[in-house]
Amino acid sequence: MSEPAPTPTKIFRVFFGIGITSFGGGLVAYLQDEIVGKQKWMTEDDFLAALEIGQTLPGLNSANVAIIAGRKLAGPRGSLAALLGLVLPGAVILCILGVLYERFHKNPDVAAALAGIAAAAVGLLLQVTLKIGKKQLLRPLDLLFVIVTFVLSGILHVSLVAVLFLVAPIAVMLYRPRSNKAPTP
Amino acid sequence: MKELVQLINVFSLLSLLAVGGGSAVLPQMEHETVEHKEWHVSADSFASIYSLGQMAPGPNMTMVGLIGFKAMGKDSIPAGLAGMIVVLLAFYLPSSFLVYVTSHVWDAFKENPWRDAIQKGMAPVTIGLMLAGVYAVGKTASFQASRPDWFNAVTITIGLAIVALLFIRRFNPAVLILLSGVLGWFVLRLN
Repeated sequence: MSEPAPTPTKIFRVFFGIGITSFGGGLVAYLQDEIVGKQKWMTEDDFLAALEIGQTLPGLNSANVAIIAGRKLAGPRGSLAALLGLVLPGAVILCILGVLYERFHKNPDVAAALAGIAAAAVGLLLQVTLKIGKKQLLRPLDLLFVIVTFVLSGILHVSLVAVLFLVAPIAVMLYRPRSNKAPTP
Repeated sequence: MKELVQLINVFSLLSLLAVGGGSAVLPQMEHETVEHKEWHVSADSFASIYSLGQMAPGPNMTMVGLIGFKAMGKDSIPAGLAGMIVVLLAFYLPSSFLVYVTSHVWDAFKENPWRDAIQKGMAPVTIGLMLAGVYAVGKTASFQASRPDWFNAVTITIGLAIVALLFIRRFNPAVLILLSGVLGWFVLRLN
């Protein structure tokens, strides 16, 4: 920690490196390798604390961690540099992919390949959901909330604001902190 | 201009509602995007855009930019780029600002017992939203009644095979995506 704090330019360069190499998701692991491992900008504990904040608050976990890491290193300009570096390469590549898609998606070869890719994308999302959710899916009370949320949002298209402010408070109340005097079953 | 304002409204709200990560807002995003007919993004295009997001590096949800690109880019590429930038700003800035401010004061709440309750209570809601996201993309990408049965069987099998493979070993998802594209190129032809 004796080294001088990195400049926003340096922060941008490091996050740009992550942003351009992190193919295939699992971005948080890439961030951890670079920030904790290679650059030694944060301790493991600091990183996990940042991740916890990033997961609790709205927004993408990876982007949120970048904001917090950038802030600790160089304040607001550090956050901006980290976020820009992380997002910019993917955005440019997507822009190119988007233009190609517009031009070629009716081509039968491209359409066939895209159908396979889209089918795979669904599998990836399902796997992540099952992996993060195994605890919730196996606990009857939690499963009930999973199903209610799924039906309201996915099938009935109840707005997300309504779902979050109707269902979440009930779920949070069920887990509310009990006073120490309450008998534990 | 009207579309630009709509895009800002929709995506900045989604930014602040993305509890537990970007996937949680997928169902709402799909619904709103398809409902805004003037954006010219069909359910099919949405599924494609989502899967393009899986092929690019960085956060997968950067794919929201392509919705802006498509909504504004009917006439020209510069207009599309403006749409993309506006959507990316609307989607990333509100939550980032919130995190920036909140992470300052976070430690004050470290010992608060409600934090644990909020995390435990929100978890099943997030999982339900993510499953709704799977459904929102899957109802066009994995199964369509208008397609032949063999086609649906292949797309569903690809999805389930990926779930199984990733539980067996930590393959790089980008490689699986690429292989599925090649498989699709060989098999998923309608005529």
